[in-house]
Amino acid sequence: MEPFTYLEHTGDVKFRAHGRDLGETFENAALAMLGAMIDPATVGAEETWTVEIEAESLENLLYEWLSEILYLFEVELAVFSKFVVAVEEGGEVWRLFGRIGGERVDPTRHFFETEVKAVTLHQFEIRKEEGKGGEKIWTAQVVLDV
Amino acid sequence: MLNKVDDYIFEVPMGHQRGMIVPGRIFISEKLLAQVEPGTIDQVANVATLPGIVNYSMAMPDAHLGYGFPIGGVAAFREEGGVISPGGVGFDINCGVRMLRTDLRAGDVVPMISNLVEDLFHDVPSGVGAKGRLRVSEHELDETFTRGAAWAVEAGFGVAADLEHCEENGQLEGAKTEHVSLKARKRGRPQLGTLGSGNHFLEIQRVDKIFDEDLAKKYGLFEGQVTVMIHCGSRGAGHQICTDHLQVLSRAVKKYGIELPDKQLACAPLGTPEAENYFGAMAAAANYAWANRQIISAWTREVFERYFADSRLDLVYDVAHNVAKVEEHSVDGSKERLYVHRKGATRAFGPGRSEIPEAYRAVGQPVLIPGSMGTPSYVLCGSEGAMKLTFGSACHGAGRIMSRTQAKKTYVGTEVRDVLSRRGIKVMATHPKMLAEEAPEVYKPSDEVVDVVHHLDIAKKVARVVPLGVSKG
Repeated sequence: MEPFTYLEHTGDVKFRAHGRDLGETFENAALAMLGAMIDPATVGAEETWTVEIEAESLENLLYEWLSEILYLFEVELAVFSKFVVAVEEGGEVWRLFGRIGGERVDPTRHFFETEVKAVTLHQFEIRKEEGKGGEKIWTAQVVLDV
Repeated sequence: MLNKVDDYIFEVPMGHQRGMIVPGRIFISEKLLAQVEPGTIDQVANVATLPGIVNYSMAMPDAHLGYGFPIGGVAAFREEGGVISPGGVGFDINCGVRMLRTDLRAGDVVPMISNLVEDLFHDVPSGVGAKGRLRVSEHELDETFTRGAAWAVEAGFGVAADLEHCEENGQLEGAKTEHVSLKARKRGRPQLGTLGSGNHFLEIQRVDKIFDEDLAKKYGLFEGQVTVMIHCGSRGAGHQICTDHLQVLSRAVKKYGIELPDKQLACAPLGTPEAENYFGAMAAAANYAWANRQIISAWTREVFERYFADSRLDLVYDVAHNVAKVEEHSVDGSKERLYVHRKGATRAFGPGRSEIPEAYRAVGQPVLIPGSMGTPSYVLCGSEGAMKLTFGSACHGAGRIMSRTQAKKTYVGTEVRDVLSRRGIKVMATHPKMLAEEAPEVYKPSDEVVDVVHHLDIAKKVARVVPLGVSKG
């Protein structure tokens, strides 16, 4: 299972992230989004941010998770390299607990390749499907506005 | 399959997508159409399914694959039974372009071009996550959201004449700050007065060709003249406002029982609280963008004054190309108030419209079409064809043909910079990788795009400008 792959899109960035469970899928989706912005090898994880999100559906939860990371990036002026996510389904409400490792932007070391403006809902989906070895894996497909 | 209606008009027939209410129309040449991805045509068809859409779901000759609407998409909706959708505006609300004309000639400016570009790069913050030089208070941020460029001029950034030469006078009515989230405010406050990144730029140009002497004179343009173009939008404030309301409108889709072929086309019926709140927040972001371009203009003037004392930089015009607005248009012979969405398209009102500044009203509004880095930009004049065919809209740029990923594989940023430098174009960017993404070859040739709107009398060619120096994020 590859953590994520980028797909061709003329104007924007499109990716599919995978995971054996929802937590891993959300972590890989975050890594794919950050990977579109900056070389992850240049980003440390000295500081930690925590995130808690509630949403009425799994899709909304993923949308809000990725949007929250973009928000943190801009207001904290920080870049991230480590994500640990737990997703809980509780009937009407889906909950996410995330721990994000990163560091403050240092313009002498952090070179941005692309500015991700936002997470779009275009072709946005998250579903469980059969992987190559017959195991069930989660796949999240996301198009980013850049 | 598309039906050819005219040499430059192609129809997306009703059967292309289930649920289409009207056909699609792409205003394009056969040659440019060959470069349009099938997904773009599907997106034109998707928009045609939205309730209350009038006449056609349209795409301009620079059409390319977007999210929701195609880029280059135009659609108008009836007040009664129509909808408003952030999919037809985008995240970078009121991303737009303005042009300033100087009283300088290229011969005077070229020897100083490196200094000018370096100073502009330094004085106008750009790049991913850049913070502005300004520290506005919460009250000033409110003023920015509600009064746009008018606030910026009052705060000392520019002169009253700037407002006259700005679409909507730089202030879209109906902004509601109570629907701008705390998150949007937190992103917007430090970023006011920043250029951003990606395809946004600040360019020093030379007018290299005049197509229509009379119109050029009206717009104050002459051959050899130096102009400045500023391309940017509403930054994180706009991105967050769209993100917030997209979720509200996704719920509204279920609430009002609207069926959508694409979730990004989330919308709400006009007149509902969800629609009105989105419109109010979108207007606030549009005003932020106008204030942003106004502030950047003031700093650009300061840089020019450093090298050319008493130089003048007058605003030719400022156009929005990601916005939804209420406009009056003629539909089947009678006047109707419509919500016109332009996603990567420019308003191109022809002669006589009261929205156009008095100085230009007799001829039509200036339509500014930025080229890509290293290729010409155009000044056009809105014309009758636009009023008849496209709800007063024209293309907005050259239109991408190569993805950013592919561009970075194909081009090396430093080489792009060197090639441009050999052609006498001084380019500065925060990182060379940004230059690879925006290499001139990743866009359609802007002259072909402009020729289509010229032939259809949507907008007439007035002048062509070429870059001398570019500052990018």
